[in-house]
Amino acid sequence: MKIIVSVKQVPARDSALKVDADAKWLDESDLSFEMNEPDAYALEEALQLKEKLGGEVVVLSAGPDRAAQTIREALAKGADRAIHVELEEGSVLDALATAQILAKALEGEAPDLILTGLQSDDMGYGQTGVVLAELLGFAHATIVMEVEPLGATVRVKRELEDGWFQNVVLSLPAVLTIQSGIKKLRYATLMGIKKAKTKEIKTIPAASVSAAASIEKVYLPLRNKQSQILTGDAKDVAKQLVEKLKFEARVI
Amino acid sequence: MSVLVVLEQNGGKWNRMSFEALAAGKTIAEALGVPLNAAVIGASVEGLAKEAAAYPAAKVIAVQHELLANYTPDGYTSALEQLIKASKTEAVVLPHTYQVRDYAPKLATRFGQAFVSDVVDIKVDGGKVSFIRQLFQGKLNATVAAKGEPKFVSVQAGAFRATEAGTSAASVETFVPQLDATKIRSKPEEPFREAQRSVDLSAAELIVSVGRGIKEKDNLHVVEELAQALGAELAASRPICDNGWLPMERQVGSSGQTVAPKVYFAIGISGAIQHLVGMKGSKMVVAINKDENAPIFETADYGIVGDLFEIVPALVDAVKKAKT
Repeated sequence: MKIIVSVKQVPARDSALKVDADAKWLDESDLSFEMNEPDAYALEEALQLKEKLGGEVVVLSAGPDRAAQTIREALAKGADRAIHVELEEGSVLDALATAQILAKALEGEAPDLILTGLQSDDMGYGQTGVVLAELLGFAHATIVMEVEPLGATVRVKRELEDGWFQNVVLSLPAVLTIQSGIKKLRYATLMGIKKAKTKEIKTIPAASVSAAASIEKVYLPLRNKQSQILTGDAKDVAKQLVEKLKFEARVI
Repeated sequence: MSVLVVLEQNGGKWNRMSFEALAAGKTIAEALGVPLNAAVIGASVEGLAKEAAAYPAAKVIAVQHELLANYTPDGYTSALEQLIKASKTEAVVLPHTYQVRDYAPKLATRFGQAFVSDVVDIKVDGGKVSFIRQLFQGKLNATVAAKGEPKFVSVQAGAFRATEAGTSAASVETFVPQLDATKIRSKPEEPFREAQRSVDLSAAELIVSVGRGIKEKDNLHVVEELAQALGAELAASRPICDNGWLPMERQVGSSGQTVAPKVYFAIGISGAIQHLVGMKGSKMVVAINKDENAPIFETADYGIVGDLFEIVPALVDAVKKAKT
């Protein structure tokens, strides 16, 4: 089975975010970056499928030079090779443009499955996998918790709202967007890191696409509701809060 | 020209977010001075379409076909593509449900358009429509403009107040798309629930809920002590349950339980929208988080910015003292 895993490098989860000077994106100068967490789960799913069924796991990532670090991490964890679609530093793409670039980069690959995270932690569109499926003419399923290949089809368990689930059988090839947190993520071993250095990373320029949507302004959200921030040392704030619980909420 | 709102039904029951999307669609239609239409999709949905006709819309369209009895992305996308092409549509507005997340990106791509998903507000200025959506799980907002028409947009749960049914009866039409069973590539099975829930958080008066900020399982006793001191139920955000630190049935949020206690303590929870939709019915929300920009502080009545490992034990002491 040939599996493509599409991963994105995003600012690290606990980053202090600073809006850039012209308020169009972030000031990225002091940020550290990491693999988008949902994509890490997609990679894990792909690696486990390969361990069970054999085949190949190919990492695909569109990003500036720094994304190479995330790609190497995926190779160290066990992916076989990688395609790095080079984007200019600071490019901010909508989901359609991103998927168009990824689709172009996959020409000639003919995978059975493409896995990706259900959304990115930065833009949060939650669309790239679905749009990619449409552009490639593949079937798709989103918010997938379990993957069971059945020859020419694949049976997946999808998460619905309010604690409901549904199994769906899809024809292959297909794109699946993987829910976070289902399988335990592996760490790269020392051997894996060493091996990764010999694995192929094909670097290709991004196809030129035109933006379908653009960000006009980025800003800190205005608070609709003014929450009252209690200040003081731990003992002080605990005392203030107990007053609220006693006299306002009347639960003590 | 018109604005089309796609209402969502499952097994003949409305998803209530449908009428929030209708409110958002109304905002756009009124600002642009074009009619507001609504569509409902299924095998036989004329009854639902008639129900929806009591809501403010010019026209409600029952999009019907036996291949639409169960949701599939191929079936829904093809049906809506045909409907949208049959009439000049300025904007297509959808509720940001799991189902919409599954097919709307595909539908917009058919038109070569961006799908602006999960918006929290819509601005119309001199005929130009722009959308406000969140970045970084609510830490930043962005104003987004989409090129061309139709615009495709989905509306975040709770961002618009649902429209109410009135007396004005919209006209009801039926639209039968051309669908081909061989082009539908997914076979959905019956939806199911994993197990009977043994913990019903929806009735709890006090909930102490914990998130990533707790760092590791061995630290859970810190919040357990608070729950015990208060006589509260213990709950968690998704990552805690995914890690198996607390059972799934204690998860609050869009994929877990919806709660409405007298007081909800959000401890080390940043407040991603998936969590907020599960707890925003709480009467009082208390948030403790080390990041002063955490979106949870937007929902909280009382916030404490600081280290939960210092504040929660102090709170346990203060609660115990107040109770004696």
